[in-house]
Formats: sequence, C-alpha cells, structure tokens
Amino acid sequence: MNFDFSEEQKLLQQTARDYLEEHCQLDAARQVLESSAPYASDLWKGVAEMGWLGAAIPEAYGGAGFGHLELALIAQELGRALAPIPFSSSVYLATEALLLAGTPEQRTRYLPGLASGERIGTLAHSEGAGRGGSPGLTTRIEGDRVSGTKIPVPDGDVAGLIVAVVRDADATSLALVELPCEGVDVEALDSIDPSRSQARVTLNDAPAEILGERGAGEDLAARLLDRAATLMAFEQIGGAERALSITRDFCMNRYAFGRPIASFQALKHRLADLFVAIELAKSNAYYAAWALQNDEPDLATAACSARASASDAFELASKEMIQMHGGVGFTWEYDCHLFYRRSKLLAVTLGSADLWRDRLIERLTG
Amino acid sequence: MDFNDAPEEAAFRAEARAWLEANAQAVPTGGLGENAEAVADEKRWQALKADAGWACLTWPEEYGGRAASPMQNVIWNEEESKYKASVNIFSIGQGMLGPTLMVHGTEEQKQRYLRPMLRGEEIWSQLFSEPGAGSDIAGLRTHCVRDGDDWITNGQKIWTSGAHYSDWGILVARTDPNVVKHAGLSYFIVDMKAPGIEIRPIKQIDGGSGFNEVFFNDVRIPDSSRVGEINDGWRCVITTLMNERSSLGMSLGGLGIDDLIELARETRWDGSAAIDDASVRRRLADYYIRLKGVQYTSYRSLTALSRGATPGPEGSIGKLVSAPLRQEMASFAVDLLGEAGVLRGDASAARGAWQSAYLGAPGIRLAGGTDEILRNIVAERVLGLPPEMRADKGMAFKEIPTGSL
Repeated sequence: MNFDFSEEQKLLQQTARDYLEEHCQLDAARQVLESSAPYASDLWKGVAEMGWLGAAIPEAYGGAGFGHLELALIAQELGRALAPIPFSSSVYLATEALLLAGTPEQRTRYLPGLASGERIGTLAHSEGAGRGGSPGLTTRIEGDRVSGTKIPVPDGDVAGLIVAVVRDADATSLALVELPCEGVDVEALDSIDPSRSQARVTLNDAPAEILGERGAGEDLAARLLDRAATLMAFEQIGGAERALSITRDFCMNRYAFGRPIASFQALKHRLADLFVAIELAKSNAYYAAWALQNDEPDLATAACSARASASDAFELASKEMIQMHGGVGFTWEYDCHLFYRRSKLLAVTLGSADLWRDRLIERLTG
Repeated sequence: MDFNDAPEEAAFRAEARAWLEANAQAVPTGGLGENAEAVADEKRWQALKADAGWACLTWPEEYGGRAASPMQNVIWNEEESKYKASVNIFSIGQGMLGPTLMVHGTEEQKQRYLRPMLRGEEIWSQLFSEPGAGSDIAGLRTHCVRDGDDWITNGQKIWTSGAHYSDWGILVARTDPNVVKHAGLSYFIVDMKAPGIEIRPIKQIDGGSGFNEVFFNDVRIPDSSRVGEINDGWRCVITTLMNERSSLGMSLGGLGIDDLIELARETRWDGSAAIDDASVRRRLADYYIRLKGVQYTSYRSLTALSRGATPGPEGSIGKLVSAPLRQEMASFAVDLLGEAGVLRGDASAARGAWQSAYLGAPGIRLAGGTDEILRNIVAERVLGLPPEMRADKGMAFKEIPTGSL
C-alpha cells in the first residue's frame, strides 16, 4: 500500500500553487464579485495554457493526459485560491460527462474545445427549489428536441455546451445542448457568491443530442456526480486549508487581554478541531481519488464520504474564520466573506452534505 | 497512490497467514486476561510467536525482533486479529517500555529485560499517573530518597493496567523537590513483587477492573534499576509517551459500523426496521464517514512512516476522533433499542455489548491523553499556536500550590 501522491504529482501541485499565487490572489475573486464580469477571463486563458482544463483528457482529444489524481491536486489549489472561473462546471461536470459516456465522435467534437477553454461546459440538472430526483424532472426530450427550464445552472450564462438531465419517455437520459442556439434562453442570476456564475436556462424545442445510452440517464448522472463530487471535495479542502491558515495567522497576531488570542484554549481547541475535520476530509478524498483514478467500484461510497466531509469541513472553516476574526470578519473589506460565500456555494452545488450522507447509506445498506 | 498490497507486502501477508493458519489451534480464546488461566494462555501464545519470529516485529534483530517495517507490522496485526480477539496484555511493555529501554537503558538492562519481555515471560506495568497528577504528569509526588545503593520509595500510583499480573513496572518518581517539576524526576525499573508494594484493583463504572492503585511503602529499589541519569527521567517519559501514541488502539472493542447497521436492521421502530428511518440513516452515514476518515488518516501516517518519517503529533488525531465517536455510537445504539436500551446481559440485543461499550467509553476518552490534552497537542505542535500559560512556570516543585483533590 502506498497512500500518498507521487513526487511528480506533488511537484505539479506546487507548480499550480506557485502559478496561482502569482496570477490569482484573493483579489481576483473579489474583482469578479464586485464587477459584472461572470468570471476572470485572463485567469481562464492562463489555466488553459497550463493544461489544467484538459488534465484528465487524453492527448488524442487535445488534453494533457495526466489523470484524475493530478486533476484532484489542481482542484485543491484552485480551491485554495478561490479561483473565480467556471472550472468545476466545465471540467468536473461537462468534461467528465463526455469522458464517461461520450461516443468517440462526441469526444472529438467537444473535448478539444473544452481542453483549450474556448468552450465552457456545464451540467444542468436542478429544476428549482427542493431536491430533484429523476422522477420529478419536467425537462423533456422528444426526438432530438428538448424543452423545459433548468435553474440554477452553474456557469450556464457562459456555457457553450450543456449536459442536461432530461425526461425521455418513461426514463431519464443525458442530452447535449450546444449554445448559443435557437430555442435556448439564458439569464444570469444573482447568487450568494457572485464570484461564480449562476443562470436560468430555458429550453424551448432546442436541438439536442443524446449522451450515453438512451434511458440510462439516471445511472449515468449518478456516476457523473460521484466523479464530480470527488474532484469538488479537493476544491473544498483547498478552500478550507486556506481559511484555516489565514485564521491561524490572524489569531497569532491579534492581541486581547495582553496576549495573542491564539493562546486562549477556547480558540486553540476549535482550531484543532477544524484541523482534524480537514484532515479526515482529506483522507476520505484521497481514497475517493484513488477509486476514481482506478475505476474502483468503491467510488460509489468513497465519493459520498469525501464529498460530505469536505463540505462540512469547508463550511466549518469559513464560519470559524469570521467568528475568530471578530467584527472585521463581517466587513466587506476583509476576505472572510469570500470564503463564507464560496463554501456555501460549493456545498450546495452538486447537493448538500446531507444528501450525500443519504446517498451513502442507501448504497451501503440498499 | 496504490491502495493494494505491493508484491513484497502480499508475500509477507501470505507468509503471516500461512503461519497463523498452521497454528490457529493455539490462539488464546479467553477474555481480557484478568484471570491466571487466561494469562497463562496468552504467555504460551506469545512464546510460540516469539520462537517463530512473529513477536515484536519492529524490534531490532539483536533483541529478538525482525526489524520489520511499520507496514509489515500493520499487516501482521491485521492478520493476527482475524484469529485473536483478546487484548494484548504485553503491549505496554512491548510497545512503550521496551522501546524506551532500547533508547535510554544500560547495555546490562537491555540484555536482562528485553528478551523475556518479547517472549511474554515477563509482563510489564506503567507506573506514571497519580491521584494528583494526570494530564499534568510532571506534577507527580511519589518520591525516592537515596539510601546507600538503594532508593526508598513512598507514594501512590493509579490507573495501572494489569498490575496484579505484572512482573515488572516502570516507575517515574520525584528525586529532587527543590527544582522545577520536570527537572526533579527519575525513571526506575521496579519489581512488582517487592516488599512494600500493595496493589488494589479499581472497580470501574462498567464493572470491570482493568486498572489498579499501586501503593509504595518504603519500597527499596536498587540504583542499578535506574534508567537514564538521576533527575533526567522526563526525557525517558517523553520517549515512552511518544511510543504510546503510536501504539494506542483505535478499536471499538470489537463493535464496528457494520454491527451498528445490523442493529438498526434488526430493531423495529413503529412496525418498520429502524434503518428505514431517515434520522437513523443519516447518523449511520455520519459515523461511517468519520470512521473511514480515521482509517484512511492512519494509512496516510503509515505511508509516511514507511518512508522513514518519525511519528508526528498528527498521530493524536486517531484517538481524538475515535474515542468520542465510540461513545457517541454506543449511546446511539442504546437509544435505538427504545426503552429496552437500558438492559444489559442476555436480555439485551447483542448480549449487552453496546451497553458495555457505552459504560466503558468515558475511559477511552481519558486514557493515554484526554481529548483536551490531544487538542492542545494538535493546536501547539501541529498548528504552532502558543503553549498554555503555566502558573507553576519556573517554580520549585515544593512551592507549587495544590488543591484539596
């Protein structure tokens, strides 16, 4: 057994960290948050040039051909930097959907554009408030046309390719919809974290093409979400680690009652608990990444564990970050809110920690 | 990253399995090693393992080990635990005190004690904690006064596992009360059958008596049994405690998440299986996730150890998570059974195993570093936060204030 990343993989991670420290300070997320821009386009071009968008895409389709372990470490660094780009939508969702279920022809058509960043992809599954399982889907495909409303679609306002989960007669299918096109109306929406985009996508007899086996959409969507959840867990862990590190430094330098507040056991013990929560999430995520890379059946449970513990850890980190910063943590000026927003956004996108716990026990016990 | 056995690990596992398979009939089947017969069984098994090279695998060959890697040791423990459920009564000696003697003992001490310890011929106890010194172990008051070639010892130790069947103990005692507390301690090997030693079992809240009080009344210890320099015992204590952290078991006392899931399947709630209830399912998922997190964290540590890293303070995470989790799971299991959850013994589900775990769980959160001490370790030694403010800093031991407890 060797339960660690290789030296080459760690080197890649360090390269990613160095690159983001130069090109994606926390100001980058703030700038997107405060402007009308949907994402940081220069950074998007940069990460495309670094080969990160195609990290798991084979070279034959224009990717870098690394693998999912490498992609996971890149995700962790993007999370650390709160990178304001549609990476998760385009890479963990759209790209993974094509890798999972695309025909060679579909891969040839879309993967090179996704790898170069010229095309942004996403998954459209949610249809408004509540938990949406396949039985409740109202978006339908008939022939090669889809109709219905998907909300929210992460990065839907900038997407050039949507993988939609749709009703298909009595079953569920995945459908590819290219944008822009006639019959598709996209509206950007406000959200708790405007450093990432959300949209309403209205499909009205829009041209579409089935992805994967017809009628197998429920199973395909579940497997796709397991892959995405594993990668997203790394992004969340990166964010949590950064929040802990900033908070730790703040508590060391902030004095009250004549001593650093980091010397008070009330804070020391909570910082220790936060560290432990992050380590447990990391260990679960490592195992899921191994299962993902090696196509192990254990991914079905490992992804749930990784996702639920990473969501909890990042949410805990961002809440503690504000609480330990005190009043300044509640100001627009300090960076704490960037983490608070992002942690909730990532925890809700792909489904809440509780949903993943429910999914886990379903898979463990039937 | 590869989760499976490497070829050499698989070969080692096969070798271990083959030996265990061939010797399965000799595995002790007794309880917790609390009676003489069970102790004798454990000793026979240990000797059999030692003769075949399966005792203290990580020890150097010169003391009878096989200088095995941490990974091989884990593989052996995994395989042995498939056959043997009883507690290892030799673990305090072999896991903590032996390694301390290897570092700080004289050549004569190593030659005399290590092999019988490995073979299980002699059992060891740890005499550290006192009624007035638990987490603040350096505040201990048992003292030794020099008398010719001997030391005369008086005081009281507590929470001594297996004192009643032990041959030797490791005693930390105060040899100079006029200096700061850490600087006046010495580390001794003591004959547990020596005149003046009185052992009284402690009855725990779960009814068991795994621990003892040990009283010292003018007990004579030869100076040749001192380990390390006079008043330099704290250095030995640190070595022992570092080994404790890496050898502490994370076991749920044989009860795991699978058992809890099974219990939820069998138990009826309003005419359905309890496991169909959403709140039950969510709790089970939460426990599973934390248990897996601890398990994979230990694999990450193990990978680091295999590459020559020294056991770090991160090792505290396992017990810090699993001890309260054990209590939570046991408490939930009792709740799950409804009003019948109060019952123990044969009238209860799983013959009262969960109730016993519930009653025993508080002890795990205290032994070998309380939850609170472990949080301090993580905060100070992993995160680099300031140490606790100490009211006794720089004070001679005899001037440190004490309370009434």
